[in-house]
Amino acid sequence: MSSLILRTTARYLTPLLLIFSVFLFLRGHNQPGGGFAAGLVAAAPFALLSIAFGAAEARRILQVKPRLLIGVGLLTSFASGAIGLLKGQPFLTGVWGYIQLPGLDPVEMGTPVLFDLGVYLVVIGVSLSIIFALEEAE
Amino acid sequence: MILAIAVLSGFGLAFFAPILSRRLGHSTGWILALLPAGLTVYFASLTPLAAANEPATFSYPWATELGLLFSFRADGLALLFALLISGIGTLVVVYAGGYLKGDPNLGRFYAWLLAFMGAMLGVALADNILVLFVFWELTSISSYMLIGYEHERESARGSALQAFLVTGSGGLALLAGLLLLGNAGGTFELSGLLAQGAVLRASPLYLPAVILVLLGAFTKSAQFPFHFWLPNAMEAPTPVSAYLHSATMVKAGVYLLARLGPVLNGTDLWLYAVGGVGAATMLVGGYLALIQTDLKRLLAYATVSTLGMLTLLIGLGSSHALEAAIVLLLAHGLYKGALFLVAGALDHETGTRDITQLGGLFSKMKLTATAGGIASLSMAGLPPLFGFISKELAYEAALEFGPWLTACVVAGGLFFVFVAGAVGVGPFWGKPKQTPKSAHEAPFSMWLGPLTLAGLSLLIGIFPASVSGFLVSPAVSAAIGEAVGVRLKLWHGVNTAFILSMLTLVVGAGLFAAREPIRSVLSKLTWRWGPAFLYDRSLDALNAVARGQTRFLQSGYLRFYLFTIVFVGTGLAGYTLFTRGGFHWPLDVLDVRFYEALLAVLILCGAFFATISKSRLGAVASLGVAGYGVALIYLLFGAPDLAMTQFLIESLTVILFVLAFYHLPNFAQLTLRRSRLRDVLIALLAGGLMTTLVLSAVGIQLYPRISSYFVENSLPLAHGRNVVNVILVDFRGIDTMGEITVLGIAAIGVYALLKLNLGAGRNREGEEE
Repeated sequence: MSSLILRTTARYLTPLLLIFSVFLFLRGHNQPGGGFAAGLVAAAPFALLSIAFGAAEARRILQVKPRLLIGVGLLTSFASGAIGLLKGQPFLTGVWGYIQLPGLDPVEMGTPVLFDLGVYLVVIGVSLSIIFALEEAE
Repeated sequence: MILAIAVLSGFGLAFFAPILSRRLGHSTGWILALLPAGLTVYFASLTPLAAANEPATFSYPWATELGLLFSFRADGLALLFALLISGIGTLVVVYAGGYLKGDPNLGRFYAWLLAFMGAMLGVALADNILVLFVFWELTSISSYMLIGYEHERESARGSALQAFLVTGSGGLALLAGLLLLGNAGGTFELSGLLAQGAVLRASPLYLPAVILVLLGAFTKSAQFPFHFWLPNAMEAPTPVSAYLHSATMVKAGVYLLARLGPVLNGTDLWLYAVGGVGAATMLVGGYLALIQTDLKRLLAYATVSTLGMLTLLIGLGSSHALEAAIVLLLAHGLYKGALFLVAGALDHETGTRDITQLGGLFSKMKLTATAGGIASLSMAGLPPLFGFISKELAYEAALEFGPWLTACVVAGGLFFVFVAGAVGVGPFWGKPKQTPKSAHEAPFSMWLGPLTLAGLSLLIGIFPASVSGFLVSPAVSAAIGEAVGVRLKLWHGVNTAFILSMLTLVVGAGLFAAREPIRSVLSKLTWRWGPAFLYDRSLDALNAVARGQTRFLQSGYLRFYLFTIVFVGTGLAGYTLFTRGGFHWPLDVLDVRFYEALLAVLILCGAFFATISKSRLGAVASLGVAGYGVALIYLLFGAPDLAMTQFLIESLTVILFVLAFYHLPNFAQLTLRRSRLRDVLIALLAGGLMTTLVLSAVGIQLYPRISSYFVENSLPLAHGRNVVNVILVDFRGIDTMGEITVLGIAAIGVYALLKLNLGAGRNREGEEE
């Protein structure tokens, strides 16, 4: 499936889609978006790359094993739930605070964001595990 | 707090044992043994508190709504056990370092051994019976891993599974029994239950609770007819046999009986069930020991016999019998632990465990032989050893119950003398025999343990007062349920018990002298239809049923699975909907706008063309039309999140289909017309039911709407304006957690299926990434 159009498109779309996925992820708590959708968008460019250039190349660009992303994502979500436990509250209780970045207004930050990050990673890992495995099953 | 840390420390160290084992090499055993050694000192330091009837306790509210406290209590009985566990544990860990020297999996072995120690300490010290149950099961699991340690051998795996299934099914019964006890007594704390004895015995739940608890205790302590797993568990490395299957784990059942005795004791049921099973086990175990030639199996049957005697004594329940049980428990732990370790040393140094091939080894293995000799004399019950005291107490207790019971216990004593001779005397004296390996003394780490245990048997025998005050009295008090002072003495004067004891020794020695003819006569009398045979048959039957139903349900055809799921689901839901009056037809159903109707038609067309399409690409494209149509409907009704996700999923599905097409043969229609008609029917049924369900659901309002709560509290409580996302990551976070876990597992499944399929054709393992 090596088509020049697909290859060129994939090359230009990859960074755009990745930026878009981060954008979707970050706005998710207040506007349409969130970890699940953002994860799917983030998986899309790698799926394109694997069709255009082969799974090996896509894996090389991704650099981490998709299966690792599943595990790390699950752990992140579980850990975000455990933070509430440390404060003596039930598992998964949201804990919120502010993060002060230099030169910016304080940003509200809480464990649900971490939880969503876990979802994000799991979704990327799951879709790419399956897509790469299918692509490799010749 | 320290009490809880002490119990759980074994698990902690188990976690690091493999790493330590790799780093430290041969000295690992000595260093790991520091933990059980330290625990021994710690538990010994708690004995004055227990003796003063103010035991150390620990309690942490775990799930109080369920009556679940994470609580420990170090009373006399618990401490006696804890000291046996940590003390013998120390020697066994050291011994294992020598016995399994050079074994590549030694780290894993230590890990399970230490984990077992933690679990067993938990059983002994738990105050909450549910906590006790959790640790009880953990001992079964670690026992499974340790019996199957040499997992390359099929017999080791089979025995491990057998032990696990027998004790595990007993464990299930025990759980039910403990729950009944807790409900009947109104508390799950042992210390609380002890005050509820009269209430429990009068409760209608008493009978089922006792039967279930006894099943748990009997399977764990290898009582007849569940005794067969214990000799088979000898597949484990010898340190495990000495530790788990002689000194500690198999006594957990006996321990539980002694623990619950003050509450449950005092009825005919208890006397006859516990006493009867105990007596039967004692005699069956002893009889089967007569025909064994393998050292370890011989010791295992002797252990079965001893466990039977312990159960019998607890079943009798008189204060003398309980005193005898506690003393026998301690004495047996010391001498049988030593004898197992001696048997392991013999096996290790000579290459055989067959008693007919061992003889005259005293000159080559003086220290091991000394340890074996002393321990076997204690087992035989010769003064001035500890075993003598315990045997006299058992005889005295039995004499209170008449001549028949006395004869029974004396017969048990005879078996002990016989086994003691066969293990402690036979291999070391008499004519030297040719062994597979030329024998020499075992290394320091391997004679330290047996010699220490044998030495203790001798020392306690000579100075029984040393343990009676701080160890035995509190333990007996806990088993009886009221404070008593026990004074152990070596010499009771010439009374009936003493005369019986001497008689046992003489007759037992005679049995031992005639061991060859006895064995040759009795081994012809074996029968096939034992409990082990039943176990094998029922396991076979279970596997056959599993195979049959798997073959039926798991046909391997995706269409069959879909057919079954959709048909059964539709049938059940439809039946409930129409028979229970859930069907409603909303009146405003026709109030649709023009573009909504257009979208609906579009979706229907997409779905229809997908079914009649003659090419795969056509079908996927048609499905895509249906999917995007649904997404548009979401958008129209103000659910941009859902719409976006639906668009993404549709696109991803197309990508997956394209990838999958690559591997599929050309499209062809192979199904019969009839089966296509059947599929149409099922599809219509399923679709019709879903429509009806959705329409009915619109008209029904069972509970106040929860969505308003979410909308109102999304920003103040969860700091987010997008309600959908807040529900996903916060309000219903645990659902999402379950979903992503399922997603991850599904991905691993897909991955495994794809890679497995490759492996069948050409081996490409390790090539990915």
